[in-house]
Amino acid sequence: MRDTFVKHLCDMAQRDTDLYLLTGDLGFRLFDEFRERFSDRFLDMGIAEQNMIGVAAGLALSGKKVYCYSIIPFLVMRAYEQIRVDIAYHNLDVKLVGVGGGFTYGMEGFTHFGLEDFALMRSLPNMTVVVPADPVEARCVAELSATVAGPMYIRLGRTGDPVLHDATPPLEIGKAMILREGVDASIFVTGSMAAVALSVADRLEHTGIAATVINMHTLKPLDVETIKSTASTRKIIISIEEHNISGGLGSAIGEVLLESHYHGLFKRFGISEPLGTAMGDADFLRDTHGLTADNIFQQIFDMARKEKGKSYGN
Amino acid sequence: MTTSCDIGRLSEISKTIRREILELIYRTRSPHIGPSFSIVEVLVALYFKYLNVDPADPSKADRDRLIMSKGHACLTLYTVLKERGFLSADDLKGFAKNGGTLEQHPNRDVSKGIELSTGSLGHGLSVGAGMAFAAKKDGKKQRVFVILGDGELNEGAIWEAVMFASQHKLNNLVSVVDCNGMQALGYTKDIIDLAHLSDTWKSFGWAVREVNGHNLAEVCTSLEGLPFSEDKPNVILARTVKGKGVSFMENKLLWHYRAPDEREYEAAIKELNNA
Repeated sequence: MRDTFVKHLCDMAQRDTDLYLLTGDLGFRLFDEFRERFSDRFLDMGIAEQNMIGVAAGLALSGKKVYCYSIIPFLVMRAYEQIRVDIAYHNLDVKLVGVGGGFTYGMEGFTHFGLEDFALMRSLPNMTVVVPADPVEARCVAELSATVAGPMYIRLGRTGDPVLHDATPPLEIGKAMILREGVDASIFVTGSMAAVALSVADRLEHTGIAATVINMHTLKPLDVETIKSTASTRKIIISIEEHNISGGLGSAIGEVLLESHYHGLFKRFGISEPLGTAMGDADFLRDTHGLTADNIFQQIFDMARKEKGKSYGN
Repeated sequence: MTTSCDIGRLSEISKTIRREILELIYRTRSPHIGPSFSIVEVLVALYFKYLNVDPADPSKADRDRLIMSKGHACLTLYTVLKERGFLSADDLKGFAKNGGTLEQHPNRDVSKGIELSTGSLGHGLSVGAGMAFAAKKDGKKQRVFVILGDGELNEGAIWEAVMFASQHKLNNLVSVVDCNGMQALGYTKDIIDLAHLSDTWKSFGWAVREVNGHNLAEVCTSLEGLPFSEDKPNVILARTVKGKGVSFMENKLLWHYRAPDEREYEAAIKELNNA
């Protein structure tokens, strides 16, 4: 996902001589092409994220369009106050590209996990928050990011993320993307969990439960209309995200549902406490936290069975 | 070159500025009179003699930028900007008032000459370095001045910016450190001792000048010497006195936060008028 994104950034830098790329000394080999072709617009800021954000602000205030890249905790959490004041409050044209959503960096441990970024970034003024689900979407988001004049946070996976789309999808920032339709339940999903959500919907279908799968690639601005319209016709609503259960996609949807007097069932799937001390790669940790198609399917199936007046499969 | 006539004029303006700051702080019960007084001469010299800025065209592209990183001393900036024609008397009347115009920390508004919202310490130098970097890349002549407090140097982000600026030889970047020797809870030497400040900046690759920050001739001489080097960023360590100009406020921690009562106000205005 990140390779596709950066590859596309090279194309954009070719067209736009104001485009700058800053990294906090991360992205080994990732930036070789950019560095070679646009050496004067590539800056390795060193291991100094606070300064990276401040310098990005200064560049943006001088008319540059700046992309800042790092691993999520170092970009978002280390420099959060600089992001809040220098970038978000000043509403500057700086795109923050965080890599390693959720447990992506598995074996590297907790310091490298991106578990709180949705909550932090969606509460900032002027900030757009976008989470592509696969490399095809990452390319779309790279292209679209240039059309948003203000600040944007883009959460990427790492490398080797599965491809979801055969063709370029009609990705529109702020507009949810319906991946499949079903009248019984709605599954909202963001980023890396999209493939899992589709797999869950497949299994539900075999039991006679038709689920809509909605790709919430934009967390802010939130597509409130799509959430409300799905709530008016579905009795089960689910959210799935590779993020702390608090403050992310599920929280955002829950807020909308409550305000729109939704009476059906709602369940969030994410990472909850205790985080535990389990060690492993991303797939292992996702499994530990129940972020698997097996677990999510089973829980939704049980919910549906308990839902009064309904009788599903088995 | 600076003449004695310039110094006289700048000195008179500095007196006016101190009186205005006192009035505003007295009227609004606002904090930070001490750190506002310590930076008066530096800002007066910059805005009335050296900065390429124009109140008739505040957003002109090639203007010099000044970032008030020690944002709590914004009243010095506001009153100087008012004397220089960027702000109106009405703007100042709206200082620290509900529904007013100017907060107790600067809010970016280029039309009023305010280049960056500050107040959280340790941000200004990084943003200034970004501006200076962009100016160099674009071959622009503009310079970027960043006013820092010596207490502010506690912030680690400052030193990230210091390293970046020297790495990229930003000789169009000028830090002025208001070395008044005090911060919110005490003397800087007792909190984080900066005894070797000059050597510290030098060792990070900056060109350093030390001046008496209240001596306009010294301040002007240092500003005329810019850039101090062809391949280094510049720092002026301005040795100042917190609360400068009012004897009972000078070097007194109390006046970091305290606003004068009526009796203190009368005593202070008398001193400033007789100075």
